[in-house]
Amino acid sequence: MTEPTAKQIKDEKIYQQWGLTDSEYELISQKILKRLPNYTETGLYSVMWSEHCSYKNSKKVLRKMPNKSPRVLAGPGEDAGILDIGDDQAVVFKAESHNHPSAVEPYQGAATGVGGIIRDIFSMGATPIALLDSLKFGPLKNGQTKHLVNEVVAGIGGYGNCIGLPTVGGEVSFEDCYEHNPLVNAMCVGLLNKTEFKHGTASGDNNLIIYVGAKTGRDGIHGATFASDEFTDTKNKQRSAVQVGNPFIEKLLMDACVEIIEKHSEWVLGIQDMGAAGLVSSTAEMASKAGSGLVLNLDKVPQRETKMSAYEMMLSESQERMVLCIKPDYLEEVLNFFRDYELDAVVIGRVTTDGQYKIYHQNNLVTDIPVDSLTEDVPEYDRQETEPQRMIDDKDYRFIPEITSLEETWQEMLQRPNIASKKHFYQTYDSQVKANTLVRPGGDAGVVRIRGTKKALAMTNDSNSKYTYLNPFIGGQIAVMEAARNIVATGGEPIGVTDCLNFGNPEDPEAFYELDKSVEGISSACELIKTPVISGNVSLYNEYNEVAIYPSPMIGMVGLIDDIDKITTIGFKKADDLIYLIGQTQDDFNGSELQMQKTGAIKGDLRPLDLQTEKFNQDLIKTAIAQKLIKSCHDLSEGGLAVALSESAFDNQLGFEIKTTLTSAQMFSETQSRFLVTIAAEDQVKFETLLQTDFELLGQVTTEPEFVVTTTDEKVSIDGRQAETNWKEAIPCLMK
Amino acid sequence: MKFAVINFPGSNCDMDLYYAIRDGINEKVELVDYRNNSLVGFDGVLIPGGFSYGDYLRSGAIAVHAPIIKEIVRFAKEGKIVFGVCNGFQILTELNLLPGALVQNEKNRFICDTVDLTVVNNQTAFTNCYQKNENIRIPIAHGEGRYHCDETTLQEMIANGQIVFRYQDNVNGSVDQIAGVTNKNGNVLGMMPHPERAVEDILGSADGLKLFQSIINYQVKVNN
Repeated sequence: MTEPTAKQIKDEKIYQQWGLTDSEYELISQKILKRLPNYTETGLYSVMWSEHCSYKNSKKVLRKMPNKSPRVLAGPGEDAGILDIGDDQAVVFKAESHNHPSAVEPYQGAATGVGGIIRDIFSMGATPIALLDSLKFGPLKNGQTKHLVNEVVAGIGGYGNCIGLPTVGGEVSFEDCYEHNPLVNAMCVGLLNKTEFKHGTASGDNNLIIYVGAKTGRDGIHGATFASDEFTDTKNKQRSAVQVGNPFIEKLLMDACVEIIEKHSEWVLGIQDMGAAGLVSSTAEMASKAGSGLVLNLDKVPQRETKMSAYEMMLSESQERMVLCIKPDYLEEVLNFFRDYELDAVVIGRVTTDGQYKIYHQNNLVTDIPVDSLTEDVPEYDRQETEPQRMIDDKDYRFIPEITSLEETWQEMLQRPNIASKKHFYQTYDSQVKANTLVRPGGDAGVVRIRGTKKALAMTNDSNSKYTYLNPFIGGQIAVMEAARNIVATGGEPIGVTDCLNFGNPEDPEAFYELDKSVEGISSACELIKTPVISGNVSLYNEYNEVAIYPSPMIGMVGLIDDIDKITTIGFKKADDLIYLIGQTQDDFNGSELQMQKTGAIKGDLRPLDLQTEKFNQDLIKTAIAQKLIKSCHDLSEGGLAVALSESAFDNQLGFEIKTTLTSAQMFSETQSRFLVTIAAEDQVKFETLLQTDFELLGQVTTEPEFVVTTTDEKVSIDGRQAETNWKEAIPCLMK
Repeated sequence: MKFAVINFPGSNCDMDLYYAIRDGINEKVELVDYRNNSLVGFDGVLIPGGFSYGDYLRSGAIAVHAPIIKEIVRFAKEGKIVFGVCNGFQILTELNLLPGALVQNEKNRFICDTVDLTVVNNQTAFTNCYQKNENIRIPIAHGEGRYHCDETTLQEMIANGQIVFRYQDNVNGSVDQIAGVTNKNGNVLGMMPHPERAVEDILGSADGLKLFQSIINYQVKVNN
């Protein structure tokens, strides 16, 4: 195939197929280059100026997020953010979405999502220590969705298990809006000695650019552009835009990169992974950050296929590849080092001082453009926003549930896919490899110890898109606070956040309103509890036939546990322990799982979240845990008190007898800022003097797995064994 | 006693074993690269779990061609301690140092969990610190862990006391609920569950510790 000429690209507006608008093309040809870009150059601009790489639609919104705290060593702009955790150590983490690839090719889409986020961590010189993932699908009703779920889960497990990183947490939920546009968000956490922190930069005249890892093929070409478009029935789902992963190569690459930075830090000036937009994005960003130029020779790039064009090589998103910038003096050592790992490592270019990005292919200069024009000159858009009509229409709607049988509602609730046990999925992920996992999936947060210290890291992924749909601002606040409660309930101090902002088309004013308000909500909550947003990504255009998904910000939070003795789990520990509900319960049924259960839909506005009370209650739990008063602690979320009580009882096959001032319906209310805790009976006085907040002593833990519950409406005795079976078997049964 | 933990490309439980020996039972241990061709100076060899060479062809199938393998075989033949966990077990069956084979789990899915095992034979180099029929809780994490062998081999193994661990609940569909077996001589053990992940209470179980202590115990007796 002959490539179109620069003139053809202009006349036939070929750039539009790649996602560039007329005005963007004009800006490039008239203002930046003052000539027509050729085929390769147009390709480079189109990927680098895509939303996925440039954040051109979301940048203004993202600036609202707090990203500073005394712990922050690196924030947004690097491959991943870094937080100081004392003792010359730091934690590195980031989450990333792989929604579009997973919709088209679920196994590889999910697998390479995991692979990509792991590279973001070790490219900072950190040793990856744990994975989490947040998955959202359509209801488990048809074979197609079940296949999608099975393949995504298999892809995540296939990659993580093989590379040998424990998957310690995550979430899976189901709503209609994700049927054709599932969400696959993966998070990786790493550990670093802070002196060894490496920037992704390419600096110093004549320093060398080294390519390491898997060979380049035609897979994933234009993946970033693809991720910045929406799905429709008529648009062909571009399978070739999905990459194929090889976790075995990534394991070698990970071990090699961690070792070279740990043992031979002086060899490496900069390192970056080739993720979205592959070779162009990694090298251009490295040069731009350092104010340098680059010359690349594509004939040196290890290739898996023959006759690849410059365009294809530059835009390929083949996996398991890294770029390093090194001093020429260490070339021999570096090449030998990677050879020992049986990895391809070659010099593909060098750093220059003229700020130009020059690419040679078969002795032709195929690209000669200013580096910064790829990364810095991207137009920033100020999108229109309007409050969604549904919010205006339903502002005063209040859902008042009627519970005719507490027992029936309770048992049904436990079988709802969003509430039921997700063990069917997470047991296919190795959660224990490396023998550092202290709290495994199934609790409020996963906990991984830092070997050789008393410290551990708690980590969680949280989102509740039903809330963000009803009220993006409050929903955003809740997402952060729920994550924080999960960390606090586990014995940790929340220290930072990463996020995946999964939204619809930003050019739709209602979708943009959702993005903007969610971010404002997230920001206000993060400010209050001092958890800076240190990394993350944006996934827009999550639409199918012009219907957007629920606004779905996913919060990944990490907490520091300064002493592993503080680790607290959700399970009741023994009979006669006292059960307390901390926090006030109100009629919060809009957007609740109970509303879905009773009406099949969600509707109405959310009650404002009292951030001060939320923080107060979190602090109280931290204090009580530090004083070793708490035996078990569980955050209240979907399904309210009834679900929290059940899950806490299931953990050790215990039961409970409680009497509450709540109505039967309020057992399922989803009021925020609440915890379910148990304490030893002898600590009652000591514990209650601490409680300068709303609380209720509900009753006690019992030996028999029976749930005896007295509300203001009725007294019931629920068979705990049956409840556990319902909760455990619901998902396996639906997946059959 | 000095142990070698073999590190193949794609091994990922090497450090788990390393720490179990160093911190769990305070013995000497070193990681040994698969390209080495000598295990001189070591008293026992441990083959870790993971996905050697990505397990792309068949679990363990490529690892058996690594240079270090002939030394592992020598150890096995000389009656020295050889212990393979998970992928290590798969490599040992590929090498025919242990009978049978490990195939895909019955339900065709990877399973990670902590399961109950029965110590079937406590008269081995690896189990002498356990009680007979002791119930131990050990993590599993595998997709190809269903033990398979023919009836004759099974009967032989039963008669020889080669079946060392059985699953109480047959999680992966193994023949005769087999979780771990030794060779006829009793110096080579392979098992799918991971005792090296169960060496501290804080990890959820310390039941794996006695396996490593048993090896020391055995070695002391041999040396005397």
